[in-house]
Amino acid sequence: MQNNLLGVLKEHENKLLAIWSQILLESGSGDGAMEEEESKEFASLFLNALAKSDDNDTHEFEKVQDLIVGISSSRGKRGFSPRENAQYLISFKEACSKILSELITDPATLYDANLKLNAILDDMTIMTFEAFMRGREDIISRQVDEISEISTPVITVWEGIVALPIIGTLDSSRTQVVMESLLQQIVDTGSSIAILDISGVPAVDSLVAQHLIKTVSATRLMGAECIISGIRPEIAQTVVHLGIDLSGITTKASLASALQTAFDMLQLAVVKRKKIVE
Amino acid sequence: MTTITNNKEESLIVREQDVVPLRNRVKEYGVKIGMSILNQTKLITATSELVRNLLKYGGGGKVIIESVSKGRENGVRVTFIDKGPGIADIELAMKDGYSTGKSLGLGLPGTKRLVNEFDIKSELGNGTTVTITKWKNG
Ligand SMILES: Nc1ncnc2c1ncn2[C@@H]1O[C@H](COP(=O)(O)OP(=O)(O)OP(=O)(O)O)[C@@H](O)[C@H]1O
Ligand SMILES: [Mg+2]
Repeated sequence: MQNNLLGVLKEHENKLLAIWSQILLESGSGDGAMEEEESKEFASLFLNALAKSDDNDTHEFEKVQDLIVGISSSRGKRGFSPRENAQYLISFKEACSKILSELITDPATLYDANLKLNAILDDMTIMTFEAFMRGREDIISRQVDEISEISTPVITVWEGIVALPIIGTLDSSRTQVVMESLLQQIVDTGSSIAILDISGVPAVDSLVAQHLIKTVSATRLMGAECIISGIRPEIAQTVVHLGIDLSGITTKASLASALQTAFDMLQLAVVKRKKIVE
Repeated sequence: MTTITNNKEESLIVREQDVVPLRNRVKEYGVKIGMSILNQTKLITATSELVRNLLKYGGGGKVIIESVSKGRENGVRVTFIDKGPGIADIELAMKDGYSTGKSLGLGLPGTKRLVNEFDIKSELGNGTTVTITKWKNG
């Protein structure tokens, strides 16, 4: 029976559950009825797997692993911290050890039993961490996609004038999206002037500058003119020190002055309405 | 006068996504010592250039950010270490417009103009190390 040292735990399921929930309660990471259900299901499945398995059989534990991964992602959504999440299985291990030490008197056998218990439960604890991380990574990658979509809105500011405010870092993939949506919008609206506002871009290095230059050239190929606005003083000085030549590009300090330039190009004028005198 | 390191951290840079977080860290170091917006911008732009070279030509590597002081002047020092192919002719690489990557060739010479201290060491087959320092009032 050397193989099934841990099988005996099955006979003490209720006691184990009691000790476990006590530990969870004391550590302050319990949350009532929902947890009770989960714990019951987990303990029962786990102890069954223990009773059935021997060292060469990991198949029994696959179901248990699926369950604990499910439980920890649900605990994650319920607002448990990763620490509390890990605490859940660690206190289960503690409860099991406690019962084992009451049942087994021979120190060597007890040591073996605990060793085996550790191996199984530590592995599961790692799995819960991985599940927790995967949950987070999913959220992050979803947000990245969302951000790149919402951060490239092309606005028609006037008949014939489109503007695109860029916020954040312009890397190669981002530039691609920006350029495509800008060019598409020029076609769709039949605009002849595009304003690229970079007020929200933290730094213009040689890569970003190159991307800007390319976007301007592409716009020109479409028969439209491109103005870059929102060049802050510190950006202007840095660009000059870097040695980047933006002299072929129409640049303006603010979106307002870019718009003024665009109006001039279209021979439009904004005039103050005269008061009608009788 | 000798330069003292007050605080130091190391980051591994292996992909494009590592660039922005690194730049933000460097900026935080500048903000902490009260660096002006202009100098912060110069520093992060220089960082951006060098970290891109490290990724593009060096195949990734390690970046060390340090908060340093010399006498009463505080500054930020950033060191870029890669184990890539190295640069055959540093003098040529430091020339405006020289690029083996069909780019503007402004990264290295431009960076040198943006910072107060610039040091480059490279050995063919053994990698490249570039160290820059930007002083708070530099
Ligand atoms: N870490 C490095 N390892 C190997 N070669 C490098 C490294 N950094 C720069 N070089 C070489 O030096 C040249 C000049 O670098 P620099 O950054 O000035 O220009 P670039 O990267 O080609 O263009 P830009 O930075 O303007 O986009 C590069 O083309 C490359 O051949
Ligand atoms: Mg470069």
